Amino acid sequence: MDTLSALLTGNNILFAILTVVVLCSALLSVLTEKLMHAAFYLFLTLVGIAAMYMQMQYEFLAGAQLSVYAGGILMLFIFAIVLVHHIGENSESVSPKKKWIAAIASISGVILCLITMYGTNFNVNPEADELVKNVNMETLGYALLGTGKNQYLLPFEATGILLLACIIGAVVIANKEKEDKA
Amino acid sequence: MSLELSGLINAIHEGLTGAIEAQWLVSLIEYVLVGAGLLALYALIALFLIIFERKICAWFQCRLGPNRVGPWGIFQVFADMLKIMFKEIIPLKHNDKLLFYAGPCIVVIGSFLTFGGLQFAEGVHGVDLNIGVFYLLAVSSISIVGVMLAGWSSNNKYALIGAMRSGAQVISFELSACLSMMAVVILGGSMNLSTLMEKQEDLWFIFQAPVPMLIAMVIYLIAAHAETNRGPFDLPEAESELTAGYHVEYSGMTFGYFYVAEYCNLFINAAIGALVFLGGWQAFHIPGCDGFNAVMDMCPSYVWFFLKCLFFIFMSLWVRWSFPRLRIDQLLHLEWKIMLPFSLFNILLVAVWVIIF
Repeated sequence: MDTLSALLTGNNILFAILTVVVLCSALLSVLTEKLMHAAFYLFLTLVGIAAMYMQMQYEFLAGAQLSVYAGGILMLFIFAIVLVHHIGENSESVSPKKKWIAAIASISGVILCLITMYGTNFNVNPEADELVKNVNMETLGYALLGTGKNQYLLPFEATGILLLACIIGAVVIANKEKEDKA
Repeated sequence: MSLELSGLINAIHEGLTGAIEAQWLVSLIEYVLVGAGLLALYALIALFLIIFERKICAWFQCRLGPNRVGPWGIFQVFADMLKIMFKEIIPLKHNDKLLFYAGPCIVVIGSFLTFGGLQFAEGVHGVDLNIGVFYLLAVSSISIVGVMLAGWSSNNKYALIGAMRSGAQVISFELSACLSMMAVVILGGSMNLSTLMEKQEDLWFIFQAPVPMLIAMVIYLIAAHAETNRGPFDLPEAESELTAGYHVEYSGMTFGYFYVAEYCNLFINAAIGALVFLGGWQAFHIPGCDGFNAVMDMCPSYVWFFLKCLFFIFMSLWVRWSFPRLRIDQLLHLEWKIMLPFSLFNILLVAVWVIIF
């Protein structure tokens, strides 16, 4: 009875609900035949994961998840679908050979995740827990833009350059078409 | 200080803890109360803003506005609310049912989530998040997904064009809104709204650093106004060319959701602007003038907050009813070639300002 009541704390109930939402919508997003539905279920998955971060008090991660993934990248998906896809159209069925490759790829992905999960020693001592929980924006900012130990200015800037290259590439591609027409 | 709401909230909390032993039940009841309170506030603000806008609009156009139902026509909006609630939701034949009904819900959820992070008065707020300002910007960015889904699933070309315009517009102007918020964060040194409020106790941010904050405020107001899809940025709904844009196929309360969300976004934008630029619920203080400050403190904090919100809302309505609609290229030109460089420059200016002063 004690374990049952311990399991039934509000946090665990909330976590169970979120897990069901995230898993179901993730499954639906790969199983549905309609492209826009897949995007919508992916949206639910992303928002559910953001809610999980919020529950674990990783507020910054939750905010980033919402604004970058749910509000940004998913919007790009939807834009692309809106431009090329018509209502009532289902996605094309995949050839059996591709299905087999996809199955092997996803199963090996799951196995890889499981191996990593069981190989990792999750540090659950309360001190480390406190340390992780009290991450505020200031610590994060110094970690991202500092040059000392456990600070990551170089990867941050490298990512920035990568994104800049993407933007320039997009502009070049868009301009090329215009020149061809002229 | 007896007029403050925090006393009432504390009294409710103590009463509940005294009456009920189980701590979890107390928490649960309080969560439900807070949620219900915020929902009621959400609906009431939408109702108030509708009548407010109709009156202000009438004033700008030299008309009287609603004046038949109740004194000054204030019950007109309740009549309209009841009417829209009982209206039939007309089902369409060749649309995508799931996304068609999910769209308005996402729009409302996206705007309602921001209410959890706002501070309405001293000690009156849902959650005091460490990332405060960022949370407000993040959750309001998911509304646009609902608009796109609604526009696409309506299976109507006008709706689709409206949704595309709305998407392009909101995503572009979000950049400027976020960057002008960054200027505030640099000046305040925190994203947490409570900390920002504390820093504005003596002097509001707009007076602490008048030049960069004024630039940031103007950019924020324009960007936030554009994000609500209201005139002169209302080309996603442009009545004369797109009939009503992304919500053309919606009827009854499904349309009502878009309508309520639009008015509440108007309030939310004004509230965020008031919180970060005009000191939120902090009274107007002049450092050194103790007598003057004491007089200003007589007014309860929520009155200050809502007065500032009303000021921003009035500005927004003023713009809406004064300027003609922009073209899409003018709109994007305004954002990408004028406002974005200005807001980037402004961040630099704030950084220099913070270092020097």
